[in-house]
Amino acid sequence: MSALLPAEFADLEPYAADWCLAAEPDRWAKRLDSTMEEMKAFYDVCFPRAEEAIAYCDKFDLDDLPDDAKNLLHLLFSFALVSYPIEVWNQPLPIDTGSARLDRIREPRL
Amino acid sequence: MAHFSKPAEGSWTEHFGLSTEPANYADSISPEFYALEQEAIFKKTWLNVGRVEQLPKAGSFFTKELDAAKTSVLIVKNRDGELRAFHNMCRHRGNKLVWNDFPKAEVDGTCRQFTCKYHGWRYDLDGKLTFVQQEGEFFDLDKEQFGLAPISIDVWEGFIFVTFNPDPQPLREYMGRMGAGVEGYPFELMTQKHTYRAEIGSNWKLFIDAFMEFYHAPVLHNRQSVSEESRKLAKYGYEALSYDIDGPHAMVSSWGGMSPPADLNMVKPIERTLHSGLFGPWEGPDIGELPPGVNPAKSPAWGIDSFLFFPNFMLLLWKPNWYLTYHYWPTSYHTHIFETTLYFAPPKNAFERLQQELAVVTFKEYGLQDANTLEATQTMLESGAVTEFPLCDQEVMLRHLHTVCRDYVEKHLSNAGAVAAKGV
Repeated sequence: MSALLPAEFADLEPYAADWCLAAEPDRWAKRLDSTMEEMKAFYDVCFPRAEEAIAYCDKFDLDDLPDDAKNLLHLLFSFALVSYPIEVWNQPLPIDTGSARLDRIREPRL
Repeated sequence: MAHFSKPAEGSWTEHFGLSTEPANYADSISPEFYALEQEAIFKKTWLNVGRVEQLPKAGSFFTKELDAAKTSVLIVKNRDGELRAFHNMCRHRGNKLVWNDFPKAEVDGTCRQFTCKYHGWRYDLDGKLTFVQQEGEFFDLDKEQFGLAPISIDVWEGFIFVTFNPDPQPLREYMGRMGAGVEGYPFELMTQKHTYRAEIGSNWKLFIDAFMEFYHAPVLHNRQSVSEESRKLAKYGYEALSYDIDGPHAMVSSWGGMSPPADLNMVKPIERTLHSGLFGPWEGPDIGELPPGVNPAKSPAWGIDSFLFFPNFMLLLWKPNWYLTYHYWPTSYHTHIFETTLYFAPPKNAFERLQQELAVVTFKEYGLQDANTLEATQTMLESGAVTEFPLCDQEVMLRHLHTVCRDYVEKHLSNAGAVAAKGV
């Protein structure tokens, strides 16, 4: 299978198939469906590369991102989303939110 | 210890002439009271149903389910570029006119005319009946008399409002002093929209209560700050910069935001990386001077203003120059649909888009915690085990909201009584 991400981000490639998700509902579902170990591994690899990844995406016009840069930015959206389980909650869901839902029904797509 | 000054009366609550006695929530657990609110409030006041950007061209339309007013409305831009609102109902036998697959689901799109799914009656963008299937089978049918039933519509600062009141106060006048105070804010520049929706198991007023006070913030959301900062915030508690009331409308002006934080150790690693957080990207777009009604205390610590335009439209203006709206659409006395839309200036690059994403993500982490307390509160209020609840001065706007609702209902009942007494 060909790579989803630019070659210089090969270290993030193992996470790409799972986390390059264009829609927040899919990213949210993936977060709830993941173990803390899985998310921690993703977060730990992504965190030190985040600034370079942003700089890579910023070489292009946001409205005209090549597919691999678009995938990379989607991966960064997932990184932002998993930062909460890792940095704050120590569990996939925010604490004390068991029966609440908040569905993102509209978002600008890349 | 007080950190911000209060009015001369010693409290905001007394300043606004509101009771300092414990509150009761009988108005939030009663099907009968909700039925009265539907008539007295949701069929009488202006209701914000959307923004002008949702209707970019002739034929653009959207529908809005308004259970609280017992109807569905159809909003459309006609060929002259004017907005029209109608009950979303075919004049033939009452079928809902515009919907796809699920009659209760809201839809939007662009069309040249509206055609009823049932018998094919057609209406133009001004609601005029233009085609009747087998017209000759009807009895002296005058199509002029069977246009869509219109509803009053008006626009304030790009926000589209409708009202079912047959004799409405002009919208701009209804928005009052606080509305006037935010006129000129560049809402039209902030077109990058993210919307969340939730079905909430509580009375609609309870969620407004939650968002018109920040007394809860250092406690309910304490884990969301780094631990040292969280301890500091809990010790500090919460005091607003200022509150204001104008007729049925209310606002609270708050400090906070740390944009950027004085010390990077005050914020989480993701915030340090993306320069963004709950209050949005640390460096917002330059939008010039803010309108005079924003940050009314003119405090350098200002972070956010929360306006409640009665009954159910909240507008939050954030220091880093973005805004969001809350809507609370009742579906019964103990359920409602909550919607929030976050509006940003279009991002200029991937970094700005990612900064906005973190703000929108962060909103959900907080919003889920807020939403989850509501059903728990509703069920316990309905138990009736306790009926008196002390409210503090930082919960002043809760007293105001519930007082306004009761006043609207009482006025409605006394008007209805007067009509009945006249034998009309």
